[in-house]
Amino acid sequence: MMEKWLPKGRLLSFAVPLVAVFLGILIGAIVMLVSGYNPFVAYSALLQGIFSDSYYVGETLRSMTPLILAGLAVAFAFRTGLFNIGVEGQVIVGWLASVYVGIAFELPMMIHLPLAIIAGAVAGALWGFIPGFLKARFQVHEVIVTIMMNYIALYTVNYIIRSYLLVPGERTETISPTASLASPFLQSITDYSRLHFGIIVALIACVVLWFILWKTAKGYELRAVGFNQHASLYAGMNVERNIVLSMVISGSFAGVAGAMEGLGTYGYMGILSGFTGVGFDGIAVALLGANTAIGVFLASFLFGGLQVGALTMQSRAGVPAELIDIVIALIIFFVASSYIIRWVMNRIKKEGI
Amino acid sequence: MDFMQILALVVPAAIYAAAPLILTALGGLFSERSGVVNIGLEGLMVVGAFTGIIVTLTLEGMGFGATSTWIALLAAVLIGAVFSLFHAVASISFRADQIVSGVALNFLAVGLTVFLVRLFYNKGQTDYIQNRIYRFDVPVLSDIPIIGPLFFSNAYITSYIALLLVFVVYYLVYFTPFGLRLRSVGEHPMAADTMGIHVNKMRYVGVMISGAFAGLGGAVFAVTVSGNFSGTTIVGQGFMALAVLIFGKWNPIGIMGAALFFGLAQALSITGQQIPLLANIPSVWLNIAPYVLTILALAGFVGKADAPKAVGKPYVKGSR
Amino acid sequence: MSHVIEMNNIRKEFPGIVANDNITLQVKKGEIHALLGENGAGKSTLMNVLFGLYQPEKGEIIVRGEKVKITDPNVANKLGIGMVHQHFMLVEKFTVTENIILGNEPKKAGRINIKKAAKEIEQISEQYGLRVDPYAKIENISVGMQQRVEILKTLYRGADILIFDEPTAVLTPQEIQELIGIMKKLVNEGKSIILITHKLKEIMAVCDRCTVIRRGKGIGTVDVSDTNPDKLAAMMVGREVNFGVEKDPAVPKEVVLEVKDLVVKDARGVNAVNQLSIEMKAGEIIGLAGIEGNGQSELIEAITGLRKAESGSILLNGKEITNLKPRKVTQSGVGHIPEDRHKHGLVLDFSIGENIVLQTYYQRPFSKGGILDYPEIYKKARTLIEDFDVRTPSEYTPARALSGGNQQKAIIAREVDRSPDFLIAAQPTRGLDVGAIESIHRRIVKERDKGRAVLLMSLELDEILNVSDRIAVMYEGEIVAIVDADQTNERELGLLMAGGKKEKEGEAE
Repeated sequence: MMEKWLPKGRLLSFAVPLVAVFLGILIGAIVMLVSGYNPFVAYSALLQGIFSDSYYVGETLRSMTPLILAGLAVAFAFRTGLFNIGVEGQVIVGWLASVYVGIAFELPMMIHLPLAIIAGAVAGALWGFIPGFLKARFQVHEVIVTIMMNYIALYTVNYIIRSYLLVPGERTETISPTASLASPFLQSITDYSRLHFGIIVALIACVVLWFILWKTAKGYELRAVGFNQHASLYAGMNVERNIVLSMVISGSFAGVAGAMEGLGTYGYMGILSGFTGVGFDGIAVALLGANTAIGVFLASFLFGGLQVGALTMQSRAGVPAELIDIVIALIIFFVASSYIIRWVMNRIKKEGI
Repeated sequence: MDFMQILALVVPAAIYAAAPLILTALGGLFSERSGVVNIGLEGLMVVGAFTGIIVTLTLEGMGFGATSTWIALLAAVLIGAVFSLFHAVASISFRADQIVSGVALNFLAVGLTVFLVRLFYNKGQTDYIQNRIYRFDVPVLSDIPIIGPLFFSNAYITSYIALLLVFVVYYLVYFTPFGLRLRSVGEHPMAADTMGIHVNKMRYVGVMISGAFAGLGGAVFAVTVSGNFSGTTIVGQGFMALAVLIFGKWNPIGIMGAALFFGLAQALSITGQQIPLLANIPSVWLNIAPYVLTILALAGFVGKADAPKAVGKPYVKGSR
Repeated sequence: MSHVIEMNNIRKEFPGIVANDNITLQVKKGEIHALLGENGAGKSTLMNVLFGLYQPEKGEIIVRGEKVKITDPNVANKLGIGMVHQHFMLVEKFTVTENIILGNEPKKAGRINIKKAAKEIEQISEQYGLRVDPYAKIENISVGMQQRVEILKTLYRGADILIFDEPTAVLTPQEIQELIGIMKKLVNEGKSIILITHKLKEIMAVCDRCTVIRRGKGIGTVDVSDTNPDKLAAMMVGREVNFGVEKDPAVPKEVVLEVKDLVVKDARGVNAVNQLSIEMKAGEIIGLAGIEGNGQSELIEAITGLRKAESGSILLNGKEITNLKPRKVTQSGVGHIPEDRHKHGLVLDFSIGENIVLQTYYQRPFSKGGILDYPEIYKKARTLIEDFDVRTPSEYTPARALSGGNQQKAIIAREVDRSPDFLIAAQPTRGLDVGAIESIHRRIVKERDKGRAVLLMSLELDEILNVSDRIAVMYEGEIVAIVDADQTNERELGLLMAGGKKEKEGEAE
């Protein structure tokens, strides 16, 4: 199932996502036309809502941060042949763990902040370990297990907050400033957006993923297992351990994504009425980014920008922000259906147009 | 509270919670038996719930009264089937990864329905419908001691429809040519192809039936439980139906058992506080029980799960 | 006699290749007609065109004198064409009856009438001597019976032109005899048969005429009574073929591998290898003969650490390697050319270079401190590509893009390059064309001459006889005999493989 999102031709690997994005936006425009909105007005409001003000740029970067990390989590698992649909749950437990460390300890920032981030990573890793272990040991399909783990995370985390960490407002206390990623400097240059240092963490994570997968012997091993477990086993690799490791690393990326929300954007965790959506967006991001670090970054920018810009689109052009969800769904649809895009492009090439 | 009272409280609640799960999981059965994984059940339920409410509201406005709801349920069946074409086209014709396509469908369903709700009503949720499907006591049967109060009082007719459909599906899947063919394309599509069965056509049918059932499941949930529609009407019921399908081992009777069991867990998590024995158990345990049990079932602790062999794989002619 | 099938000037293209180029095949009523060609020559493509799975770009198909267009298997079925597939097209969880009636179910009030169907199947199976149990599940019946179910599927649909695609590949010698009987009976009952094969002896034994294709092109049709295996081989390959392998007599030296009382269970938990003992010496090739499924694969998997040994011991150069992890086995000096090169031998999406270091990527010089050194990896790859004549555009090309023969050469290069004391070659030439087969056989002999112990596992008796120095015959998990290759023949091996006792005294060792 892997060859579909690991394109062979360089040119094609750029062309497919671009065509997908174009088609998604185009159909979004058609939906608006049919619904009686002016797509030009709406999309220009959207663009203004991303670029026209340093505040919007700051908000876009902020919303990119968890998307990048969630996307990396999905991409890492994809590369090793696993579909981590449980990023959502891993984000949630990572969020809680980082906030808990942020509240419960009093330490100097040099220790406290890294510790809180690591706590998020460890919680996410643990949540990824379970499906990884079940896959390795009992050949249970990770997709179903991770879906179930998402709900277990949601209910359990809400229960823990409600029972042990609740303060008025259906939320936890605010974390200690020594564990906070918030940056007055970044806020001030972006007209007091919620931009925080998490974006740097996310960029570092991009480099880490690229390095692990493409430069280390372990990454070679993980990719080999992802492509062909039988050959990996034959070559003397420990397939089971690699599957678990892959899910653990993927989960820790996701956990850090949760930590970014807890330590950066919000500074606390509220009782969740439903999923955060970050994990599912991560799937879209990884797919569109073709599971490469740079691709994930660019796709996060697109989706983060769309989500932030959608608010302006709603207020200025009156188009419901959900239109962007439709566009994102269509983009996933077209990326996933890359077979047909390639087929069409090959036809066009053949006929020499 | 004596035991009988507890049962009278819990059993109808379990059946009530189980009905949408049964319907949706039966839908999933058609899709997965034909070889197409359907993570999009959640989104299909969303579409069904949306259709159920919108059509009911519209028809009520036109003065159709109580029949509005029933017409709305039929509309949800239809719209669910049509909407599932998104998944079918992507995963069968365009060979998209079936899981990714299902994820996309879920995104699209929520985005599109909420978008339309805002478009139609200028707010994030619809009004409440007036003609919900209400509980009733089955004449005669509800007077039977013990069984009457448990199974025939305070019941929804939709629950009986769901239970009836379990047996219809069972017959269809195991005793008719259609069922044999459906299962064959999910087990060994190439074998089916060489026997002249159109694999992709069968899969389209499987996915569309799943859309119809899941649409009905979502609509039943909406017109019995929630009464209106918003982006948070369906949150996870579709995924729970997927769990029901797996826990029920892709078998209609198994699905019924699993759904009733999950429904029981749900009922207990809501009413548990009134039951002496359960009052001290945190409701979180009952909340997560269905999911934990599904994982255990998959890991083989509750008997080995036996998925259709070719599920998840697109069928490309001529490749082995 | 009239032709029941005429396929005239058929052309079928796939992206990048022409699988069938102007091929003509004409089958007379009531004959067994062989379709002969090497692996990859285009036999299966041609038959899939006839069966409606592929549409030809050019050419015409005439069935019983009428020009037809076969758009899908349904059309083929209606024309009375049935196919017995090489890889059985059976749903394992279904019963025999369900498999046979699938797509053509007798009904009673909307429901399948299983009883009626089973009765009908019993009747057909009696008529043609095809014993089956209509109510058994496919997963529980023997390979031979599965094949009979495949045949019944076509007869149930009223086929009178049957295509058999490499039907003997999976059968025991007795089952092959039985199948030949069935085919003759079918022809006597007025059916016509097309037999796809690359086995010359089968053609000589049962066929009336033979059409040969080579690299997608039709070479010609001959009467079997006017030809002989050598002539057919020359037609198939395009030149005189000498299937013998030139080699000097073996000079066996010290014992390299010693297996003692080994017991290995298969996936179902049955003893696949049963108290097996054997010694292999440096400088000799031991052929491991046997019918598929008699424990050869499990024996190799146990030696290489891929499957657990229940009891017994395996010694390499006197050192215990029993139940070591695959990596440790590799490190202690075992090379393994695996049975299924796509499944085990290569990561098809990796480049040739990356595949060359599949077992050594973590060692110097390819990896230092856990960081890969790609220049070193590709330098190694370039050397091996050159030395072993692997035809590839570059060392960066994905393994998937190479032909089967070149993929196998890359695997052999990798395994041989580690200079293992003990080399396992499991079915090293399966599915390859004659040129590649010859080159691989020469390489195996060369390794022997360098002083390695070589274990050659093959299902092809010719290969075993031609390449090996000694032959160990496996039957039901035991080695029933070890014979010198130049003192035995196919008939004796066939008997031994079927569990027969050795004819004369003088067990080797």
